[in-house]
Amino acid sequence: MLKDYFIYSVRNLKNRGLRSWLTMIGIFIGIAAVVSLIGLGEGLRITVMSQFGFLGPDVLGVQASGLAFAGPPGTGVVEPLSDEIADKIRKVNGVEASFNRYIESVTVEFNDRQEIGISGSVPEGKNRKIFEAMVNLKAEEGRLLKDSDTKKVVLGNNFKDNDDFGKGIRVGDKVQINGIDFEAVGILEKKGSFIFDNVVLMNERTMFDVIGVKKEEVDVVAVKVDNINNVNQVKKNIDKLLRKERDVKEGEENFQVQSPQQTLEALNSTLFAVQLFVYIIAAISLAVGGIGIMNNMYTSVLERTKEIGVMKSIGAKNSAIFTIFFVESGLLGMVGGIIGIILGMIFAFGLSAAGRVFLGSELIQASVSLFLIFGALLFSFTLGTAFGLLPAYQASKLNPVDSLRSVK
Amino acid sequence: MRKSIIKLENVWKTYTMGNVEVNALQGLNLEVKEGEFLAIMGPSGSGKSTAVNMIGCLDVPTKGRILLDAHDISKLGESELAQIRGRKIGFIFQQFNLIPTLTALENVALPIVFQSVDRETRRKRSTELLEIVELGDRMEHKPTELSGGQQQRVAIARALANNPEVILADEPTGNLDSSTGETVMSFLQKLNRKEGKTIILVTHDKNVATHADRIEFLKDGKIIKSLNRKGG
Ligand SMILES: Nc1ncnc2c1ncn2[C@@H]1O[C@H](COP(=O)(O)OP(=O)(O)OP(=O)(O)O)[C@@H](O)[C@H]1O
Ligand SMILES: [Mg+2]
Repeated sequence: MLKDYFIYSVRNLKNRGLRSWLTMIGIFIGIAAVVSLIGLGEGLRITVMSQFGFLGPDVLGVQASGLAFAGPPGTGVVEPLSDEIADKIRKVNGVEASFNRYIESVTVEFNDRQEIGISGSVPEGKNRKIFEAMVNLKAEEGRLLKDSDTKKVVLGNNFKDNDDFGKGIRVGDKVQINGIDFEAVGILEKKGSFIFDNVVLMNERTMFDVIGVKKEEVDVVAVKVDNINNVNQVKKNIDKLLRKERDVKEGEENFQVQSPQQTLEALNSTLFAVQLFVYIIAAISLAVGGIGIMNNMYTSVLERTKEIGVMKSIGAKNSAIFTIFFVESGLLGMVGGIIGIILGMIFAFGLSAAGRVFLGSELIQASVSLFLIFGALLFSFTLGTAFGLLPAYQASKLNPVDSLRSVK
Repeated sequence: MRKSIIKLENVWKTYTMGNVEVNALQGLNLEVKEGEFLAIMGPSGSGKSTAVNMIGCLDVPTKGRILLDAHDISKLGESELAQIRGRKIGFIFQQFNLIPTLTALENVALPIVFQSVDRETRRKRSTELLEIVELGDRMEHKPTELSGGQQQRVAIARALANNPEVILADEPTGNLDSSTGETVMSFLQKLNRKEGKTIILVTHDKNVATHADRIEFLKDGKIIKSLNRKGG
């Protein structure tokens, strides 16, 4: 019986053609926004997590930031951290280890092809083990670096099957870094992190002596805290020390002490703000869509008053009339929802594909779960019926004789 | 003596529009026997449709009793009235009143849908009925694709869908030319003679009324004259 009401409802919606479609616009804009947003949001969260998530909560990074007051105005020169800072930080209460890290862009040449890569330094001595544990560094092929290595590199997992060089780099292969011959001694395990999967790791000293990086200009000081519960206190201590060292007032810091967790949270809260904004827009268009459905259904009840009278005269109970209109409004919502889901998915996956093509990165990822799809469908159906409730009730309560007497 | 199927006892219907009261029926008494073919005639506004709607359980009287199969329907609730309308009564209207979005076949099947009968039975029954009204070749047509006479025949088939005891026809030929009207009337007459259906017909047309066994004349919501065309 419900199936027959269904067929009848579909006929009526088709009969109202353009009006039905117009009614659904609000719904499908709203649902499309929600689906693409949740889809991209989930994907983005997964990406963000994999970029930074492997760093423990007991790690802090210290970086120089802001414009240096010493430089000529407008040149944007940053006053770098000096190489003694790490030693000073190590003496701060609650710090277990601290060491300098250098990051430099280099050219990588292999198989007669050249690419730009990011090289990162590996500290030597006892800090090596701490660094390896900190980022959970493991070789998939070959080995990690030793103190005695010079002109040796360990490469991120993406080099193993990188098409850019025509063929993948294997352990034992010769590569030219900035035109100098190096040997690849190891390939890292896949991390899912854009940074680490593309990194060229070399010993700190190699970086100074062979590449020519200045020892005095540290890019990041990595700090390991001895107790996770003290992270915030340690951060404050380091802030204080650096303000003194760099002679800046509170609020005018030209450096940053950040934990990966904080970075994640900062990213998440930015994401959340954007999401909130789109959700509000989605909610507004869904409300407009819902009111549109209500309006459409009221009009339809008016137009079909006579039909309702006829159906009652041939045995339709109030409940049957109610169901007919109820199903119809639910269908309006659901069809709007289906279109919205499709549009939302096209948008989300389109954007992530565009990211791959134009930015060449996997950073924007869409992930639309089955749960999301069914949730959106159920929601749009419920929305339709919620706004169809009153019109359907009104239709069901119509007096049969009066409805039959109505002209149309 | 045949069994009485419908009995109206001192039925009043008052419509209130603002502070004006209209007495559409004013103490109407009427009895219809099983298998009878009754015509109701009378001037416009005399309460014919109101009376027929009461008999068809579309409305309840302000005062008085309506007995259908010896049950008083004035006391029944909405869903029971709907049930009786669906099972015992078949309506035929002046404006045909088919559902425009449904095909002829679906229109005929609709009263059976409301009785929750399964699809196959419904289909069989509606096909049969459309063949009886000689529209076996128009089953998939929408009402707008049918002539007035054809639409009214679909409406007759629809009225018969649940095999009701009583057919109520409120000016069924009012929108048809006389020869088409004649065809429709001959169908109704056949139903009465062959199937033994009780038929109550409202009409303005004396020629149409001649198909009936008995004619009741209504004025100001009361019977003013009865005419028996057959002894009985
Ligand atoms: N729903 C209503 N509200 C107010 N007045 C009504 C209503 N229905 C009928 N009436 C009044 O009741 C009286 C009887 O109406 P009814 O429709 O029964 O007349 P009728 O005999 O069928 O007339 P016609 O031959 O024109 O169809 C009329 O005066 C009409 O105006
Ligand atoms: Mg009338």
